Amino acid sequence: MSRLQVVSGKGGTGKTTVAAALALALATEGKRTLLVEVEGRQGIAQLFETEALPYEERKIAVAPGGGEVYALAIDPELALLDYLQMFYKLGGAGRALKKLGAIDFATTIAPGIRDVLLTGKACEAVRRKDRGGRFVYDYVVMDAPPTGRVTRFLNVNDEVAGLAKIGPIHNQAQAVMRVLKSPETAVHLVTLLEEMPVQETADGIAELRAARLPVGRVIVNMVRPEVLDASDLELVRAVDRSALARSLSAAGLGGARRGGNAEKLVDPLLAQAAEYAERHALEQEQRAQLGELGLPLHELPLLAEGMDLAGLYELAAELRTQEVS
Amino acid sequence: MTAEDQGEAEGRGTAPGGRGGADGPGGAEGWETAARRLVSSRVLDVDALLDDPKTRIVVCCGSGGVGKTTTAAALGLRAAERGRKVVVLTIDPARRLAQSMGIDSLDNVPRRVKGSEGEGELHAMMLDMKRTFDEVVEAHADPERAAAILANPFYQSLSAGFAGTQEYMAMEKLGQLRARDEWDLIVVDTPPSRSALDFLDAPKRLGSFLDGRLIRLLTAPAKLGGRAGMAFLNVGMSMMTGTLGKLLGGQLLKDVQTFVAAMDTTFGGFRTRADATYKLLQAPGTAFLVVAAPERDALREAAYFVERLAAEDMPLVGLVLNRVHGSGAARLSAERALDAAENLAEPGIVDQADGKAGLRNSPDAYGSSQPPASEAATGTDASDEGSPADEDRSVDRLAAGLLRLHAERMHLLAREQRTRDRFTARHPEVAVVDVPALPGDVHDLTGLRDIGDRLATGAPTERPAEPS
Repeated sequence: MSRLQVVSGKGGTGKTTVAAALALALATEGKRTLLVEVEGRQGIAQLFETEALPYEERKIAVAPGGGEVYALAIDPELALLDYLQMFYKLGGAGRALKKLGAIDFATTIAPGIRDVLLTGKACEAVRRKDRGGRFVYDYVVMDAPPTGRVTRFLNVNDEVAGLAKIGPIHNQAQAVMRVLKSPETAVHLVTLLEEMPVQETADGIAELRAARLPVGRVIVNMVRPEVLDASDLELVRAVDRSALARSLSAAGLGGARRGGNAEKLVDPLLAQAAEYAERHALEQEQRAQLGELGLPLHELPLLAEGMDLAGLYELAAELRTQEVS
Repeated sequence: MTAEDQGEAEGRGTAPGGRGGADGPGGAEGWETAARRLVSSRVLDVDALLDDPKTRIVVCCGSGGVGKTTTAAALGLRAAERGRKVVVLTIDPARRLAQSMGIDSLDNVPRRVKGSEGEGELHAMMLDMKRTFDEVVEAHADPERAAAILANPFYQSLSAGFAGTQEYMAMEKLGQLRARDEWDLIVVDTPPSRSALDFLDAPKRLGSFLDGRLIRLLTAPAKLGGRAGMAFLNVGMSMMTGTLGKLLGGQLLKDVQTFVAAMDTTFGGFRTRADATYKLLQAPGTAFLVVAAPERDALREAAYFVERLAAEDMPLVGLVLNRVHGSGAARLSAERALDAAENLAEPGIVDQADGKAGLRNSPDAYGSSQPPASEAATGTDASDEGSPADEDRSVDRLAAGLLRLHAERMHLLAREQRTRDRFTARHPEVAVVDVPALPGDVHDLTGLRDIGDRLATGAPTERPAEPS
């Protein structure tokens, strides 16, 4: 099991949710995980229903069986100041640099450098050991940028190679790449059973593979429950409407005769079923395409009550059942 | 499900707009569409917006995955088919949609889209950010200098990768299209940013950096050093360039210096351009549409966006709410549907009592005066599919499934309504238009036209079935 679990996915697929559920699942039974946010959206705080996370590793949840989930929202500016402090003992001069815009410059404008700092921080957490020589975190889960940008984000080496040819940033990038391209890392992609996310997942996997980054699993999120099975769907097309009206009437929904309340339900209910059938067929198509990717495929259910903290634990349990963690 | 949720689902499901609460599913007025339940206090008049000759730019913004691109394309097509000459600037369209519009070739210039009806014209283009950046350079520098800039590694990285370049270039392209003045209306899709607001910030950020104090310091140390009283700054600066040099490697710093120097002498500063774009967005001919789906995160982002646009004096015209669900049987609550499904799922009771036929022939409790449907006909239909009892059972099973499906839909409706109420409470002033959820993606002009119709009419999600 890779110790750095990177979770990406198209916008709107719920990658933050899946990353958080994965962190919870991996923490089960006394383990400790760190959930890392790199895009400054404070999505983790919202999900765990806590106030905004500072740039500081902080315990945010307890997993079943006594495990712990820590969270960290990495702020690139503070990461750079940290870094300068660590290597150059800058102290107050760091603040002067910030005032001049140098920090902004280095973290925002100079492309790739920001990413080196973000991935560097995560890799540092992966490798960090306590005094006893034990890893501080059993797993680090990163809520990474969306699929379209994740390869560039992780492939920091290429990114900075053309820019910083020597110097500590260059060395840092090399060290980060050693972790990211090793089996210590797995990049998972979250998708929905919809055309664009599935297409983007396929494209993303091709890009990751081309960059020789280790692709992990495909996680299909928000899968709707199967309400009507194949024989139901077949019957939807052929059913005798008055028989259906009588059945609804027998269920206590009013009269089956024309104009009766049960009879008036037949058309709208069948229309909803037809919609269901159409969507179901599209979903099957997408499922088949995902199957062709040749990666472990997992499905997480759509939570009927919307996403909340309880739902997060539900998804974590589901991930454990499916042996994703 | 909590008791509160049940109450809410029941209340909203059966009493749209506070009417007919006591009717329940047995009410005399029959089943009615649910779409009207989701009408907000103000409805956005899309056609008025598109037809107004004063509307020159429509910006579609919102968080990722809510259908921004489709909305932009549908608005563009509708405006064109209503007689305007339109160009749609998209950032990252779905492949099949781009193909169907003929803009998948990435040549960074608007192409006429074939197949639009009426007098107007639809043009569309997909943004190529690197190319746009290159063109900016080429347009403003002599060939030699342009070549030097394009070959600079810092430039190459900046133009291809910097988070914000895409936003900046989208706005740059918008400025270019507007300046050409060839179109009555420009519809622009915004990039799928980590935050929906990036495209507002990025141009300023990029502009202020490239034109800012730090860059000045980096590129003109000699000038600074020569001035009296600048000794302190000079010390600070050499310490800083020293540190940056150590950190990034001396070559990078040199590359940056050459790059900025070359840029600086060729055209009049990024900030000026950024400011011009920003003013263009505030201009009276610009209309912002926030696009969202009735989901918590998307609407939270939308609310944030509404507030931000107001703070920036950007003209917001309304909210497009995509993927709204409806039901043709909205007066049947989720709870009643589930109860009824349960009744059907216990065939033993009915069979033992041999009361099925009796139940089936029970008169309509609400006194329908219609003649009974032909019972004999169904008997003959079923003749080759086992006994009528088997047939009944499979129909019962289907009916139970349909009712469960309906219950699920009603729960979804209640959830969407709650999410939406939260937004409306926060921003009652924002006009809203609903676009119903479609089972699949839109791939062609017919699909876009359909979305356009729904955008303009706020048409019911599902029309109630007409009694035959």
